[in-house]
Amino acid sequence: MQPPVDTDRLAKAQMTRLIREDWGRILAALTSSVGNYSLAEDSLQDAVISALQVWPRKGLPDNPAAWMISVARRKALDRLRRQNTMTRKEDELAQWLEMHQDAPDTDIATIPDQRLELIYTCCHPALDQKSRVALTLRALGGLSTEHIARAFLDKPEAMAARLTRAKKKLSMAGIRFKLPDPEDIAPRTDAVLRVIYLIFNEGAHASNGDLTRGDLVTEAIRLGRILSALLPDNTETKGLLALMLLSDSRRFARVDASGNFVPLEAQNRARWDRAKITEGLNLVEIALSHAPAGPYAIQAAISALHAQAATFGDTDWPQIVALYDVLRTRTPNPIIAVNQAVALSYAQTPQVGLAALDCLLPDAKLEAYQPYHSCRADLLVRMGQVDAAAQSYRRAIDLSPSKAQARFLEHRLRALYIG
Amino acid sequence: MQYMLLIYNAETNGPQPGTEEFGPYMQGYIDFTAEVREAGKLIGGEALESVASATTVSVRGGKTELVDGPFAETKEQLGGYYILDCVDLDEALKYAAKIPDAAYGRVEVRPVMIFD
Repeated sequence: MQPPVDTDRLAKAQMTRLIREDWGRILAALTSSVGNYSLAEDSLQDAVISALQVWPRKGLPDNPAAWMISVARRKALDRLRRQNTMTRKEDELAQWLEMHQDAPDTDIATIPDQRLELIYTCCHPALDQKSRVALTLRALGGLSTEHIARAFLDKPEAMAARLTRAKKKLSMAGIRFKLPDPEDIAPRTDAVLRVIYLIFNEGAHASNGDLTRGDLVTEAIRLGRILSALLPDNTETKGLLALMLLSDSRRFARVDASGNFVPLEAQNRARWDRAKITEGLNLVEIALSHAPAGPYAIQAAISALHAQAATFGDTDWPQIVALYDVLRTRTPNPIIAVNQAVALSYAQTPQVGLAALDCLLPDAKLEAYQPYHSCRADLLVRMGQVDAAAQSYRRAIDLSPSKAQARFLEHRLRALYIG
Repeated sequence: MQYMLLIYNAETNGPQPGTEEFGPYMQGYIDFTAEVREAGKLIGGEALESVASATTVSVRGGKTELVDGPFAETKEQLGGYYILDCVDLDEALKYAAKIPDAAYGRVEVRPVMIFD
């Protein structure tokens, strides 16, 4: 044991760091040994509470991770014994825990890394999408239920109930803690990537200045890094990580001093995060090195072309249009088509862009999609059709998911008649 | 683990007796049953007569009440089931996808409760 830590605050900070860094690995190791995710998570939570009480008094143990595993195993045994009846399986588990209460005194680095099993379990397609997202943030990210609820603007009770249901399903339905069968790896990995990208988008589309939701972006990138390290040969994982880094590199240029949204063409490119761009560009190169490139790699390549342009005018629009063509053959999607129409308007003329948008109608989903109307409005402005543009802006304002976006569009609408 | 695979479909949906598709469809069931039997997975399974033959029973206040018809008047009805012994949900889901009616209706996969 090291000398006692002076203040609670320091211990808590160290604890938080440990939980955030090692939570996923410890939880994966525990789940693997007790064979039950729910029991593993509850017991680890118990161990965290113990650590908060013990560590400030006795000092940090030499090997915090081994300490946590050992205490969590004891807590799991307590939990099993507190039940009135035990099934045969639980009885066997209790005996095993009794014999293995002390974790091998090894560093976290030598505990077999089973986070991949954990992430595939949390993103199992038999769980509904939102539960996969919540469970992944809880299990791999070590985020508390309250934190996840806040980030998704849900009531803590509702999020707790969702997590409980998901954990119950994991154990009752017989979803095993394992890697997917070889023939399932591709679709199951896609499901994991989708969860990470959902977390990212949830954070990225949050109203600006909302730090809790901004955390989701950081968390998604962290999960992307973990997955990329665990699946070194999977280029789509690199593609997703690149896409998130490149998009996030513009985070601080996307809002002005008063918190208003700044579109790409008006952003101060000096405020783009160069470190993220460099890392993102390197990853894009790897992601594109294996044909056929997946949808995340292609979107990252588009984002990379924006990142490489010194000014908005320097953007390689024809190349972006071509990449959208490839993307549309992979994932036919009207939203991609809207983005391509914008690229076309710069590669050629606003008229060509507008014609491309018109080709997409009628499509009820698209007509309820805010960016469709704001893009249309922008093109009409560039063509000098003020009244038609105003009509599209009004429609876009009505459909805006956030106040910040509505404010931005209202500003554009007013500028039509002033400027 | 044992799983019950409940096969739901609208009775008028999918290949109907007397049509050209009906033969291959039924052969699909014969093949599937043989496959799960040979793999040592089959615990049981039956097809059910049409919902037109169903009677629903309830007892309230000691009095037995009968209703002509199925429990719920839904478009898709329980048409049959398999009980399979699988290593985990993944295996059960793969078998469920092979049931011929999965291509027309839906198959619900439920673990059988263990009392021990």
